Amino acid sequence: MAGATAGPEIERLIQLLARLPGLGPRSARRAALHLIKKREALMAPLAAALQTAIDKVEVCKVCGSIDTQNPCTVCADARRDRAVIVVVADVADLWALERAHATNGLYHVLGGTLSPLDGVGPQDLAIGALVSRAHGPEVKEIILALNATVDGQTTAHYITDLLHEANVKVTRLAHGVPVGGELDYLDEGTLAAAIRQRTLF
Amino acid sequence: MEWSDEGIVLGVRRHGETSAIIELMTHGHGRHLGMVRGGAGSRLRPVLQPGNTVSAVWRARLDEHLGVYAVEGLELRAAHLMALPHALYGLGHLAGLTRLLPERDPHAALYDTLAAMLSRLDDAREAAVRMVRFELAMLGELGFGLDLSRCAASGATDDLIYVSPKSGCAVSREAGAPWRERLLRLPPFLRAPVKAGDVSDDDLIDGFALTGLFLSRHVLEPRGLAHDDARRAFMTVVTHRRGHSGPPMQNGPEQGSGPLQDFPRGADQ
Repeated sequence: MAGATAGPEIERLIQLLARLPGLGPRSARRAALHLIKKREALMAPLAAALQTAIDKVEVCKVCGSIDTQNPCTVCADARRDRAVIVVVADVADLWALERAHATNGLYHVLGGTLSPLDGVGPQDLAIGALVSRAHGPEVKEIILALNATVDGQTTAHYITDLLHEANVKVTRLAHGVPVGGELDYLDEGTLAAAIRQRTLF
Repeated sequence: MEWSDEGIVLGVRRHGETSAIIELMTHGHGRHLGMVRGGAGSRLRPVLQPGNTVSAVWRARLDEHLGVYAVEGLELRAAHLMALPHALYGLGHLAGLTRLLPERDPHAALYDTLAAMLSRLDDAREAAVRMVRFELAMLGELGFGLDLSRCAASGATDDLIYVSPKSGCAVSREAGAPWRERLLRLPPFLRAPVKAGDVSDDDLIDGFALTGLFLSRHVLEPRGLAHDDARRAFMTVVTHRRGHSGPPMQNGPEQGSGPLQDFPRGADQ
């Protein structure tokens, strides 16, 4: 029977790397080996970057995003359109919208979506803070950029109802054919939504 | 082990990078979980939304294993229901109710009722009437069915307008008169077929109060549960009982101002 091939420190490193998304034990082993081989060029800077992130990263007190400054870079940017707040479920969604340069507005990160089956209720999300922000005098529009899933849209409807008394326009992302999508391969639900929400051409 | 069946998606959880564990209410195999390889991918994600009906083939080496599903969409309602708040809340409540059934215990009649209910969920009033009936059917399936066919006191079959909160049996107007304050109201749509459009908000509230009491007493409380928020939100939307009593932040979402909180508590016991 084969024994351990490396010391406990290396095994620990492999175990931790294997917990990262997209990495299994085999790829974690490869990544650990790569880091060890490039100890000065990669491993030390990576360790330093991780330590800096641990020390400096915090949750933005305004929007709930994560950054090394508080308020975050987006909230502190004076060039942003403060009349628009884009509501997203997660920081990953915020980053995706920023990569797309889709909007110049501010953001609000809910921290998830309502999910009765998973026990996620309104009290678990940053909905109260959103309603508070929506009542700000400069806010004119709330864009609900939530997933086109049952949980995402349940959250969108719930928020829309809460914003009933705020003097803001509430909009949501369009549902329909994605760029590069071929009609033949789309599911019936998406096609029906696309037809329902067709626009003048 | 292998079987194929038709099922309604109740819930989905991502499993690893690419797979998903889904919970189906199947026609012949009851509430049944299984893993779908590639279930987190873009091809299957629209199919694996709660409320959709799928054709499923389940395979496992042993019967007690979680097993692997191969699924194909049959009726993809979720995209349509997403546009309707009452439908989404109703869907959440139906999934929560169905989850009270023991796993892998067939309830074919309830499956048929659920499928019919989901197909008519777009009409709010009809959905509300069907929801009360579904809750009654649920009580029956779990062994706590109400006897609404004859008066528990006199045996009469006419003029049944009350239900005893103790026995769950109907009570006639005459026999129930002395105790009418303590009896539950039996709405007309539970006594005879009525067009959904003719059912009043008060009748719906009475219906939900009736099923809510017995569900709570016999099914939820013994498990340490309470009615889910989705039920209250559904009732609020379908009966238009929205009570915004002030700016939302004066009684924010945590304190109760949205559809998840607004419905009168009396009907939600």
